[in-house]
Parts: sequence; C-alpha cells; structure tokens
Amino acid sequence: MDFETHHYDVLVIGAGGAGLRAAIEAAAAGAKVGLICKSLLGKAHTVMAEGGVAAALANVDDRDSWKVHFADTMRGGQYVNNWRMAELHAKEAPDRVRELEAWGAVFDRTDDGRILQRNFGGHRYPRLAHVGDRTGLEMIRTLQDQCVHRGIEVHMEFTVVSLLTSDGRASGAVGYERERGRFKAFNASAVVLATGGTGRAYKITSNSWEGTGDGHSLAYHAGAELMDMEFVQFHPTGMIWPPSVQGILVTEGVRGEGGVLLNTEGRRFMFDDIPEAYRTQTADNEEEGWRYTQGDKNARRPPELLTRDHVARCIMREVKAGRGSPHGGVYLDISWIKKRLPNADAHIRRKLPSMYHQFKQLADIDITKEPMEVGPTTHYIMGGVRVDSDTQMSTVPGLFAAGECAAGINGANRLGGNSLSDLLVFGKRAGEHAALFAKANGRATIDVDAARTAADGVLTPFERSRDEGENPYAIQGALQEMMQALVGIVRTDDEMRRALGELTAFKTRADRVSVIGHREYNPGWHTAIDLRHLLTVSEAITRSALERKESRGGHFREDFPEKDPAFAAFNIVTRRGSDGTMEVSRVPIPPMPAALKQIIQDQT
Amino acid sequence: MAHATFRIWRTDGSGGTFEDYAVAVVPGMVVLDAVHQIQATQAPDLAVRWNCKAGKCGSCSAEVNGSPRLMCMTRLSSLPLDEPVTIEPMRAFPPIKDLVTDVSWNFRVKQAITPFTARTPDAPDGTWRMHQADVDRVQEFRKCIECFLCQDVCHILRDHKLHDGFIGPRFLTYAAALEMNPIDAGDRVDELKTRHGIGYCNITRCCTKVCPEHITITENAIIPLKERVVDRFYDPVTRLLRVFRS
Ligand SMILES: Cc1cc2nc3c(=O)[nH]c(=O)nc-3n(C[C@H](O)[C@H](O)[C@H](O)COP(=O)(O)OP(=O)(O)OC[C@H]3O[C@@H](n4cnc5c(N)ncnc54)[C@H](O)[C@@H]3O)c2cc1C
Ligand code: SF4
Ligand code: SF4
Ligand code: FES
Repeated sequence: MDFETHHYDVLVIGAGGAGLRAAIEAAAAGAKVGLICKSLLGKAHTVMAEGGVAAALANVDDRDSWKVHFADTMRGGQYVNNWRMAELHAKEAPDRVRELEAWGAVFDRTDDGRILQRNFGGHRYPRLAHVGDRTGLEMIRTLQDQCVHRGIEVHMEFTVVSLLTSDGRASGAVGYERERGRFKAFNASAVVLATGGTGRAYKITSNSWEGTGDGHSLAYHAGAELMDMEFVQFHPTGMIWPPSVQGILVTEGVRGEGGVLLNTEGRRFMFDDIPEAYRTQTADNEEEGWRYTQGDKNARRPPELLTRDHVARCIMREVKAGRGSPHGGVYLDISWIKKRLPNADAHIRRKLPSMYHQFKQLADIDITKEPMEVGPTTHYIMGGVRVDSDTQMSTVPGLFAAGECAAGINGANRLGGNSLSDLLVFGKRAGEHAALFAKANGRATIDVDAARTAADGVLTPFERSRDEGENPYAIQGALQEMMQALVGIVRTDDEMRRALGELTAFKTRADRVSVIGHREYNPGWHTAIDLRHLLTVSEAITRSALERKESRGGHFREDFPEKDPAFAAFNIVTRRGSDGTMEVSRVPIPPMPAALKQIIQDQT
Repeated sequence: MAHATFRIWRTDGSGGTFEDYAVAVVPGMVVLDAVHQIQATQAPDLAVRWNCKAGKCGSCSAEVNGSPRLMCMTRLSSLPLDEPVTIEPMRAFPPIKDLVTDVSWNFRVKQAITPFTARTPDAPDGTWRMHQADVDRVQEFRKCIECFLCQDVCHILRDHKLHDGFIGPRFLTYAAALEMNPIDAGDRVDELKTRHGIGYCNITRCCTKVCPEHITITENAIIPLKERVVDRFYDPVTRLLRVFRS
C-alpha cells in the first residue's frame, strides 16, 4: 500500500477546544501545523458544552481569585489532582477567557458590561462565563474561525488508527479519510493528542459516537502511560425518558439558576446528606439556597450544587429506596421559581433556551411548567494520558496530550466548567511546547512498514464474510451494557473481575468482526475500528478501578465505601507491558508545596 | 410493537435509489434513531452524519418527507407513519454516500469573509464593555449550528447554483454577526455587494422558515445588511462623504 504523506512540525489530532487551541498556539509560534478530526470541523464534543467555562474573573463576586478556584478544584478532585496543573489552570484561565473575547466570542454580560458569570456545583463564587446554555458552541466557533485564518491545514472526517514512533519518540500517525477510505500517513516533529473522552464505553452516556477513547488507546499502544482511569464522571442529570433520549445531558445550569431535585414524595432529598467537607459552605435551608442562586453574597449554596459524584449517588440512593420517578430517576424542577420571580417563564426560556427546546421537542415537557425526570449519565473521564504539568508532554518524547484525553487537573472528580477552561489553558500549553519540541528536535523519520501494518490491520474486517463474522454494532452494544452493569457508578471487586473475563471474550469477538460494503463512508467499518479503542479503555478503567480499594470522587466501591487516606498518596497508572498485557501500578503524588497547602487551608 | 417503513436514498455518489426498511417504533423515537436502528440491524454501511443527538451540532441535516430537518430533532410522532417516511440527503450539495453530502463549499466560503478584528480595548486590563442589549442580536446569529439547512433551501444555491457568486443565508448571517459585533473593527460592506452577492437575495424567507435555531435570518440579518450596502453605494449623501474622506 502506498501512502500520501503529509509533513508537519506539529500534528494535532482532535479539533475540539483543546486541539483547536493547541493548533492556534503552535501556528503562532511559527510551526507548520496539521489538524485532524473525525467529524466535520466545529462538530466535536466541545460544541455540546452548555453551562460555561470556569475562570476566576471576579466579575460578579470580587471575592473570587485564582486561589479560591485552585482550592475548589482540589477539593472537588478529592486531593488526588496534579496540584501543579490545578494551580496553572486557576491562574491562567481568566486570560484564556478574555482572549476568546478578543477573538470574537460574545459572552452574556453583567450590568456594567463585563463578562457575566454563573454559579455551578463546587465553585464557591459565580465563576462560569457563559452564553445562555450554549457556551461550547460559542467557544468552538470562535476557535475554529481563528484557526482557518492562520494557515493551519485541516483534515476533516479523517480517523487516525495508529501513532507512529521511531527511536523512542513520536514521529507521526496513520489513518484514513472517512469519505473515500483512502489511507494517509503524517510525519511530524511533535504530535498533540486532543481526542476527548471515552463515554461510549457505557450504554447511558451524554457523549457522541466520537467519544470512543481513541487518544487514550492510541497513546497507550504507542507506549505512553494512562493515569486515573478509574475516575469516570457520571453526571447526575441526564434525560431518562423517552428511551430514545436516554443519557442526553441536562445542564447543571438548571440547578445553578435555582432548579431543585425532588423525590416522588416531593422532598428535597439533597438536604439529607451533606458531606462534612462541604458542610460549612452549604445552605441548611431552602430559603438560603434560593437566595444564593439569586446572587445573595451572604448566602451559602444549595445542596443541589454539591459536586457531581455526590449528587449522582444521592439520586441512586433515592431510586434504590423506592422514592424514584416512574422511569427510574428523580425530578428536577425549575418551574417552581414562578413562586419567587415575576415572569419566571420568560426568565427560564432566556437563561436555559436549549434545555427548554430539548425537553419541549424531545420529551413533550414544558420545563417552565412541569418538572423534568432525570438520572445519572456517563459524561466525562478524569483519567487520561499521563502528562507533564507544565508542558503536557506524555511519557513518550514528542507526544503531547491536552483536554479530556489528558489526566491530572481534575483528580477524582471534575467540577462543571473546569473542562472548557482546561481545554484553553492546557491546549495552549500543549501547542506552545509541541512547537518548541519540534524546533529543538526536528523531524523524525517515519517507519513506513509500521504504517502499512497498521493500515492492513484495520482492513481485515473486509476479508470476512458477513456469515462467518460478527456484527460490529452488536459487539459495541453488548460491551456498553456490560460496562454499565459491571463497572458503572457502584462497583465491587466481584463484578469487576467478571468484567475482565468478559473483556477477554469481547476481544476475541472483536477479532472476528466483519463488515460489508466498501471503504467509502462506511459506518459499520468505522464502528469496527472504534471497538478496538473502546476495549483498551474499558480494560484500563476496570483494572484501575480494581486497584483503588476505596471510594473517592467518581469512583465508588460498594465493598470499600469509605475514603481511605492511604489511597490519597498516589495515582493509579496503566501501561502496556513488554509482553503486551496491561500493567497497573501506583505512582506516588509528589508533596504539595507549603504555599499551596496554605491556600487550601485558608479556603476551608 | 408498531412498525414504520423508512424509504431511504442510497447512493455511492452517482445515481441512487430509494430502499425500504422496516423499523420497530419505540416511544419518543426520532428519525435519527430509526436510521441507527437500520444501521445496527439491516444496513451497517448506511452512511449518515450525526454527533450530539440533541440539536446542538448541526450534523444530521437531511430532507425528511421532502422538508429540510435535523433528523435528531424530528419525532416520529410528528410524521404520518401509515405511509413510508422518506429520507434524502440535502439536495443542494453534491452527494457522497447515502445521506452524506459534500458540504466543503461552506467552509471555503466562510474563509473568504473578512475575519473578526477587535478594536482597541475599553479598559486598561484589555477588556471591553458591552451591554447585554447591544449584543442580543449578535448572540441570536451566533446560535447558528452550521447545519446548512438554510443553504439547502435557498433557491439561489439549490436551483440557480450560483455558488461562485453568492455566499448564502448562513454566511450572510455570519457576516451580520461580525458587522453588528460592538467591538469588531472590520468592514464587510463592500465585499457583501461584490464578492458575496447579497444582491441576489430576493427575500423569499425560505431560509428563516427552516432554521432549527429559529434565527430570523431574513429580517434580522439580511435586510439590515442590504440597508448598509444601499446606504454606502446608492445613498448620494454617503457617497459624497466618502469622496471627501478619500
Ligand atoms: C453535553 C455536554 C455538555 C458539557 N458541558 C460542559 C460545560 O458546560 N462546561 C465544561 O467545562 N465542560 C462541559 N462538558 C465537557 C466538555 O465539553 C468536554 O470535556 C470537552 O469539550 C472535551 O474537549 P476536547 O477538546 O478534549 O475534546 P472533544 O471536543 O471531544 O474533541 C475531540 C476531537 O478529537 C477528534 N478525534 C477523536 N478521535 C480521533 C481519531 N482517532 N482520529 C482523528 N480525530 C479524532 C474528534 O473528531 C474531535 O475533533 C460537556 C460535555 C457534554 C457531552
Ligand atoms: S431570503 Fe434570500 S437567502 Fe433566504 S432563502 Fe430567500 S433568497 Fe435565499
Ligand atoms: S442559520 Fe439556521 S439553518 Fe442556517 S446553518 Fe445556521 S442554524 Fe442552520
Ligand atoms: S446530531 Fe447534532 S444536530 Fe442532530
């Protein structure tokens, strides 16, 4: 097979917020940049983000500062975050957001004409810059429009199937054009992965077909380490009815604007269980909670705005106890605010326009008049490629990672809004350092044989007839059900060991997958290729979750329901061993500098 | 369980035929769910674009029973199921495979519009002051999810194929968002008249009617832009001023 080969200083894989920001920065540093994405430009996951981007601009509450944001992020992540990344993120996010405005983003405004900020779970002060409930759209459009005027070459609807390495460093990638099925090779001096998340490993998810953990898996197979893979975020509020919308996200912004969670008895059950670490910051009565959502600086936040891991578990508890809604969730009610606000209908439609339409069109529910039915949905993965905090370089020289596919900033649980800011802060850093690396090290040669082997490998499903082979959709569906059932919100040793057995069986099935038709835009084939990544990340999630014998953040073990301080001392890392099997190890978290410790103490 | 028939356009880029598929109907189902069901059980190579499944990304545009829609936001309950539901690709763009069309022209058009350039900041910290009322209109335009359904129905593109001289409603809206941005210093009035062909639009409002984001494309974006063009090129007073200034 002959390849059309493209040569770049920096190759960015992924065109969500992280990839776009990295590409812009690398181009600004003078690098020749190629940018690859599986969908059309502007359709990446980032476009779906709703609530906002977290940055301590202090426009709405001047008590906010990077220090408070840092402390909030660490507390939310239950102190297993990479503290240096949390620090950089909190310090740099405000500049990254202001920069978006300079590039044409139009955020909602305060009365004095500055960028407006809203409340979100786990953030002490109103911190999320937003545009109604379509912040991600504003962000991706702004970045995408910047990109196309900076000489960056974009390869849309192109899937990378393997990274290339030579002499121990990244040298490029190989993949195919989805439209035509043609293979291409990329030779680069540095490669940035910005491929997003892994939600498609689960049945109920807010993620699109793209979220198959490609970057996690590509990096792993190229020899990089993955970290914190046990920490999967189950967002407490996904749609649950009708079946066709199961998993679609209901933004936390609904609660930020005063929405409350109720069980079938009409009780605001979130008041029943407020964790110790948050007690002093949380309202103990409905009146105070309401005042907080309306901007009263002396009020504490309502318990609906506790961290996502906790809210999701409280919802599960209500459902298990038989106090759930008819379709197995609980109620989320924003319509009640008409008791407090004149013109509440119009207010809700203005603050949450896409939620209003989503429920109206997809569920026949008018959220200004009736409550929504919601339940947890797989949303985000805190774990990812293990990177250096300042440069975002992985353990493979020349291979960088940023955004959802990188680990570190979020620890055991991500706060809402901290992803969009993460994309900007670390996307920029990854682009900058990838360009520096490229300049310092020059182009590596690519191994054409390896590229050929990778391409041949993904073509094998065409060689089997439909009768002897397996349907890729059927395997994917069964895998998602298995992960949902055995490695979901509530985990046990027993179930996860069973999951490992099942994963082995799925691998055998995946090796027998067959596809019909041609290479041109063939979703069956695409699904077959994604399967290999899904299997790798599912195994990493399961093995890491087995290793963490405690409950922390997004990771909850029924057999070890408490937090264990001994486990606060390390992160769990997976890597490919020399015999090709997955190795799991515990990597100590370096001690936090006294100054940062002091900040955390001051903020509790 | 109730069933419905879907009549879907299958093509490999040249020619094409409708093929019928039986689908089991589930409560709340949308057209995109039906397509996915067909992919998973009957036609694994049926090509379709989608991402968010919630009307936010603008990937799943198609013509359902002849009208341009987002498949993920079209409920089966809104369609007559006693007859086959037809699904065709957007017809204003070259076909690639099945429901997937070549929309690359749109990306090239956008690149040819003078980009956003910020004027000098208002505050020493490098930021601007804008009031909500001054950005409401711009935000309306920026709701666009680039589904290109408006481009699909505009007769100047669909029937007259004037792709070389007319940027279409999506990009007139885009230009309007830039022109009306309170901090933008760029000027696109000349190019709107010359390169972007705003004069071709004869205000049929077809674009506004299909926009899933309910952007009032014609009244709020195109007509004000047309006024700016007219002011500059045909208004004798403006013209005189321009002569003096230059
Ligand atoms: C519904 C929803 C709402 C959200 N709301 C918020 C919010 O309000 N605030 C917040 O902070 N976060 C929010 N999040 C989370 C946030 O949107 C994501 O974490 C973030 O957008 C991920 O960005 P990214 O740049 O890392 O990757 P993505 O935006 O996921 O982009 C990944 C890119 O990689 C490409 N790619 C992947 N694999 C390959 C491959 N093999 N070959 C080539 N290209 C590939 C994809 O095509 C895509 O372009 C939300 C998420 C969802 C799903
Ligand atoms: S109003 Fe103008 S742009 Fe819109 S469809 Fe009609 S002719 Fe096209
Ligand atoms: S203006 Fe409306 S119809 Fe046109 S591309 Fe944007 S969202 Fe789609
Ligand atoms: S899939 Fe995103 S708009 Fe339909």
